[in-house]
Amino acid sequence: MSWPEFIACTFRTRTIRLAAGVAALLLAVGLRAELKVGDAFPALKGVQADAALPVTAGHVTLIDFWASWCGPCKSSFPVYSRIQSDYAKDGLVVVGVSVDDSDAAYRTFVRRLAPTFVTAVDARHELAAHVEVPAMPTSYLLGRDGRVRYIHVGFHGAETEKQIRREIESLLAETPSSS
Amino acid sequence: MKTHSLRLLAAFAFIVLSLGSLGGCASAELTRVQPWERSMLADDLMRPDRDPLATALTEHVYFSRESAAGGRGVGGSGCGCN
Repeated sequence: MSWPEFIACTFRTRTIRLAAGVAALLLAVGLRAELKVGDAFPALKGVQADAALPVTAGHVTLIDFWASWCGPCKSSFPVYSRIQSDYAKDGLVVVGVSVDDSDAAYRTFVRRLAPTFVTAVDARHELAAHVEVPAMPTSYLLGRDGRVRYIHVGFHGAETEKQIRREIESLLAETPSSS
Repeated sequence: MKTHSLRLLAAFAFIVLSLGSLGGCASAELTRVQPWERSMLADDLMRPDRDPLATALTEHVYFSRESAAGGRGVGGSGCGCN
C-alpha cells in the first residue's frame, strides 16, 4: 500500500467513525424534547433528597425546579410552603428540586427559607436536562395519573399563587378515574 | 483508480462531516447555555452596573473622549451637540 493510499484509507475510517459520532450526537439532541402538558413526568429517583422522597403516585404533585442564585425562587418558597401546609391534608405533594452546583449554597438557601416541603438536589442536572426546564424557576403541576397538567414558567408573586391554588383545587376535586 | 476513488470518498465524507458540524453549531440545544447552567452568569460579579461610581467614571471618560453624551440609549444622538 502506497502512502497516499494509506492516508486515504486511514482518513476514511476515522472520518466515518467521526461522522457516526456526530450523527449520534445530533440524533440524541434531536430526540430530546421539552416536557409539555399531557406528558408523563419522569421518575424523581435520580435526585438526592435529604429526607425520603414522598410518594407521588396517585397524588396531585407540584414539582418546582429552583436554584439558590435565582431571585424569583426566593419569593416562591414561602408561597409553596403555604400551599403545602394548606393542601397536604387533601393529598397534595410538593417537591422542590434544586439545580445548584454548590451543595453549600443549596443547604444555606434551604436553612434560611426553611420550606415545609421536601427539597432535593439534581446535582448532575440529569432530571432538569431530561425535562428541559425552560427557565428558573419552573413548576410542574401533575395530576393523580402522574401526567403534567399545568406548567408555570417563572414566578410572578400573588398572581402565580392565585393561579396555582385554583389549579390545585380543580385537580384535587377530580376523582382518580377522571384525571 | 482505486486511490482516486478513495480520495474522492474521503473528500465527500469530509464535506458531509463539515456541513453536519456547522448544522450542529446552529442548534440552540448545543450552543445555548441552559437555564439550569446559569449560576455563574447569575453571579453579582457579572453585572456591568454593580458599581455605580465605576459606571459613572466610565461613562464620563466615554462621552469626553467620543463626544457622545447621551449616545447610550438616552434621548439625543451621539453628535455631542445637545
